[in-house]
Amino acid sequence: MHDLQCESLSKRFGAYTAVDSVSFDVPRGSFFSILGPSGCGKTTLMRMIAGFETPTSGDIRIKGRSVLSTPPNKRPVKMVFQHLALFPMMNVGENIAYGLRCRGENRADIARKVATVLDRVGLPGTAEKQVSQLSGGQKQRIAIARCMVLEPDVLLLDEPLGALDLKLRERMKIELKQLQHQFETTFLYITHDQSEALLMSDNVAVMNAGEFEQIGAPQDLYNNPKTGFVAGFVGDSNRWPGRALSVSDGKVRVAIDGGGEAIALAGDERIAAGGPVELFVRPEVISIGAGSENTLGGTVESLLFNGASSRILVRMANGHLVEVGQAVMDGSVSIAPGETVEIGWSRSHGRAFSVAG
Amino acid sequence: MNVAAPQSPFLQWLYRGYMLAFLLYLAAPLFAAGMFAFNDSMFPALPWNGFTLDWFFSSTEPKIGMFHDRRLLRGLQNSLYIGVIVSALAVAAGTCNAFLFERKQFPAKNFFYILMIVPLVIPGVILGISILVFASMIANGLEEAFGIEWDFLRPGLFLVILGQFSFLTTITSLVIAARLRKFDISLEEAALNLGATRLRVLMTVTLPYLMPALFSAFVVAFLVSFENFNTTLMLVGSDAPLTITMYDRMVKVGSTPVLNAVSFFLMVGSGALALLSVVVQRGKE
Amino acid sequence: MARTDIGKLSLILLFAPFALWIALLIILPQLGIGYISLREKVGPGEYTFGFANYIAFLSEPIYWNTLLRTAWMSILVTAMALAVGFPVAYYIAKIAHRRSRAALFLMCLIPLWVSDLVRAFGWIVILRETGLVSSFLQKIGLVSGPVELLYNDATVVMGLVYTVVLFMIVPLVSTLDGMDNSLIEAGYNLGGSRFTVFRRIVVPYAMPGIVAGCIIVFMLTAGSYLTPILLGGKNSMWFTEQIYEQFVTRYNWESGATFGVLLLVFTSFVVWLGLRLTGQSLASTVAKD
Repeated sequence: MHDLQCESLSKRFGAYTAVDSVSFDVPRGSFFSILGPSGCGKTTLMRMIAGFETPTSGDIRIKGRSVLSTPPNKRPVKMVFQHLALFPMMNVGENIAYGLRCRGENRADIARKVATVLDRVGLPGTAEKQVSQLSGGQKQRIAIARCMVLEPDVLLLDEPLGALDLKLRERMKIELKQLQHQFETTFLYITHDQSEALLMSDNVAVMNAGEFEQIGAPQDLYNNPKTGFVAGFVGDSNRWPGRALSVSDGKVRVAIDGGGEAIALAGDERIAAGGPVELFVRPEVISIGAGSENTLGGTVESLLFNGASSRILVRMANGHLVEVGQAVMDGSVSIAPGETVEIGWSRSHGRAFSVAG
Repeated sequence: MNVAAPQSPFLQWLYRGYMLAFLLYLAAPLFAAGMFAFNDSMFPALPWNGFTLDWFFSSTEPKIGMFHDRRLLRGLQNSLYIGVIVSALAVAAGTCNAFLFERKQFPAKNFFYILMIVPLVIPGVILGISILVFASMIANGLEEAFGIEWDFLRPGLFLVILGQFSFLTTITSLVIAARLRKFDISLEEAALNLGATRLRVLMTVTLPYLMPALFSAFVVAFLVSFENFNTTLMLVGSDAPLTITMYDRMVKVGSTPVLNAVSFFLMVGSGALALLSVVVQRGKE
Repeated sequence: MARTDIGKLSLILLFAPFALWIALLIILPQLGIGYISLREKVGPGEYTFGFANYIAFLSEPIYWNTLLRTAWMSILVTAMALAVGFPVAYYIAKIAHRRSRAALFLMCLIPLWVSDLVRAFGWIVILRETGLVSSFLQKIGLVSGPVELLYNDATVVMGLVYTVVLFMIVPLVSTLDGMDNSLIEAGYNLGGSRFTVFRRIVVPYAMPGIVAGCIIVFMLTAGSYLTPILLGGKNSMWFTEQIYEQFVTRYNWESGATFGVLLLVFTSFVVWLGLRLTGQSLASTVAKD
C-alpha cells in the first residue's frame, strides 16, 4: 500500500517545464527524499502535492485516491515550510491548535492533543511560550508538531534545515529521523544537501532539470549510480573527461583526455567505442602507490588534513587534479608536496558514463 | 571610529551646535504658541502677568476659556467627527489598494500605481476646488434635468470628507502596502495547509499581521485630517472644523490667548496620539 | 477552473474601490476644472468656450507675476530646505549614536503633527511688533521702539522652510540610513578627500531621497496657503491666494479654475523636469516610505 503516488506529473510555466513527467510511489511509513540542486523543480513538485500549484498533467494520489480536485486546505498532507512559517502573532499552543480549531474540535480535545504532541516532540509545558522565545531547533520541532497533531497521511518537509547553523543541522538530522520513527508517518523530504538525504532516507529520488534521474536506497545511489549526474551529485567524486577505447563484458577502457588510460565499469548502455565519456572515481577508493589495476603517475600538490576525511591533492601527468582519499595522515606514511607518486584503484571502483553530444 | 563624522573636535562641536540651533528653531514657535496660553493677560504677548488656566476653563467675559467657547467646541467636535470618518474610510480603501498592488497582477499595473500616488503631488487647494467644481456640476445638472436637490453636493461636511479622503487614501495605501510587502506569504500557505478557509486565513493570520500598520495608518490619517487646512478651506460649509474656526477667529477678531490655549491643546493631543502610534508600532515588532 | 474564477472576482472587488476613488475624486474633478477654465460667461446661464480666461491671465501682469513669484520663491524655499535639512538628516542617520538617533528623529517629527496654523501662529507671536523678539530687542536696548518682523519676504521664506523642512529630512534620513559606512571608508581608502567622498559617494547615494524630498517640499510650498498669508500679510502675492480670491471672494469660478489648472500644470512640469533631470521615477521616490 502506498501513501503517496505521483503519476507522470508535469508542470509547465509558459514555455518553461519545471517538472517533467515525474512518477514515483512512497510506501507507507517511509522516509522519502527528493534530492536535487536548486532550480531543479523539487519545490514545484512539493507545492503541487500540497495543492499550491495545479499540475499541467498527471495525477497525484494519496492513499489511492486522486487529490487533484481537492483544494489545499482539504488535503491530508501537511507541510513544514522552508522558514517554518510559525505564526508570530500566536504563542506555541495556539500555533499547534490552529489546525484543530479550523476543524472545529472542542476545547478540551484541543488542549489534550496539544499537550500530547508537545510531549512527543520533547517540549512539554511550552504551550504558553512565544515563538520568538524558542531556539532554532525548538522552532523546528514546533513546526513538525503543528502538522503532526493533525495526523496527516503524508508530511512534506521543504528544506527545513536550511536556515539552521551547521552544528544544529547535524543534530536535527538525527532528531528528524527519530521523530519520523516515533510518529510512523510518511515523510517526504526535499533538500539540495546530499548528506541530509543519505543520512535520513529510506529512499531517495535524485532530481535534475525537472526529471528524476534515479530512485533508490541511499547505498544504492552511492554505489551504483545510473547516470553521470547521480555519480557526480551524490557523494564526492573525481571526474575526468575522456573517450571510450573499447567496450566488452560491462567494462570500458577509457583514454583520459590529456593522457593516461584506465579500465572502469560501464555506467550505461549507450557507451560505444570511440564515443566521449566521463570517468568517475571516488576519492576514498584511490590509494597512493602502484600495484592496483589502474595506475597513474603524478606529483603531490598539497595535503588537506581534515581528520577522517583528509585528502591528498595530486597533479597528474595529464594535467588533472586528483583528490586521493585513502591516505593515512597519522604520520605513518610520509608524503610531502612536490614528491612524485603513483596512484591507483581497482577496475570495479571506477565508473564511466556516456556524454550526450 | 565613525568615518562618517567630522574628525576635528572643533568641527564636531560646530556640528552639534548646528543641531542644537536647528532643534531650537523647530521648538521656538511651538513653545511661543503654547506659552501664552498660561499668561494672565488679554494679549498673547509679553509682559508675563502670572500663570493662569483661565484661557482653558474660565466661563466669564472677557476671558472665555476654550472649553466654554461654543464655536471653538463646535469646531473641535466637527474636526473629530470628520477625522474619525475619513480615517476609517481611508484605512478601508487603503487596505484594498495595498492588496490590489501587492498581491494582484493586472495589465497596466505600473500606470495605475502612479495614478495612486498622484493625489500626493496635487496641491491641496487644487484638490479642493476641483472637487467643489465637480460636485457642483453634478448638483446643478441634477437640478436642471430632474429638479432633484442634492444638498450634500454643496459645500459642507460631506464634501470636506470626500476632499480629505481623496489624498489621505494615498497615504494609508502606502503605509499598509509597505507592511504587506514584508509579509511572508508562506504564513498564509501554512494556514491554508493546516486546513483554514481563505476567510479564516485573512482573519487569523493576515489581518492580525497588518494590525499595527492599520492602526498607524489610521492615526496618521486622523492627524493629517485634523490639521488639514488647504483642501478643507475650499469645501467647507457652515460646519467648520477647528482649524477653519481658529483661522476665522485669527483673521476677524485678532489673536487672543484662547487661540494659544487651543494650540496648546492640539499640540498635546496630537503629540500624545503620535507617541501612542510609535509605542504600538514598537510593541508589535 | 474554480480557483481562477475566485482570483478574478477578488481582483474586481479590489479594483472597484480604487477605480471609484481615482475616477470620481481625482480624474473627473481635474477634468472638471479644465472644462470650467475653458468656459466664459457671456450672460446669465449663457457660456461660450475658448481660451479667453487664459488670455485674460496673460494680459494681466499682476496674475502672471504672482505665479512667477510663487514659483521662484518655492524653488528658493526648496533649495534652502535642502541646505538646512541635509546636515540634520546626515547627523541623524550617520553620526548620532544608536540610542539618541530615534529620539532625535522623533523630535524632528513632532512639529509635523502640529497644524500649519499653530506653527504660523507661533511665529506671529514671536515676530510681530508686540512679539517676543521685538520685546527682547527693546529690553536690551538695541532698538528704541517696537520692530515689525512680519510681512516681509524673508520672514515668509523662513516660515515656509520651517513648515516643509521635515518633509525633506524624513526621506533623506531613510535613504542615508541605508548607506553602509564601509562605502565612505572605501572612498577614503581609495584616496578620496572629504569633499570628493561627499560629492562622489554620499550625494549620489542619497539622490533618490534628495529628489523625493525636493518634490514633496516644492509641491507643498507652491500649494501652501496659510503661511504666506499669515506671515506675509495681505500683500504676500501668493498664487493660491489668488485662486481662493477668485473662487470665494469674487465667485468667479471660470478664472479661478483657470488659475488652478495653471498652478497644476506648472507644478507638474517642475516635478516632471526634476525627475527627468535626475533620472528618477515618481514611484521610486515619493512612494518609498
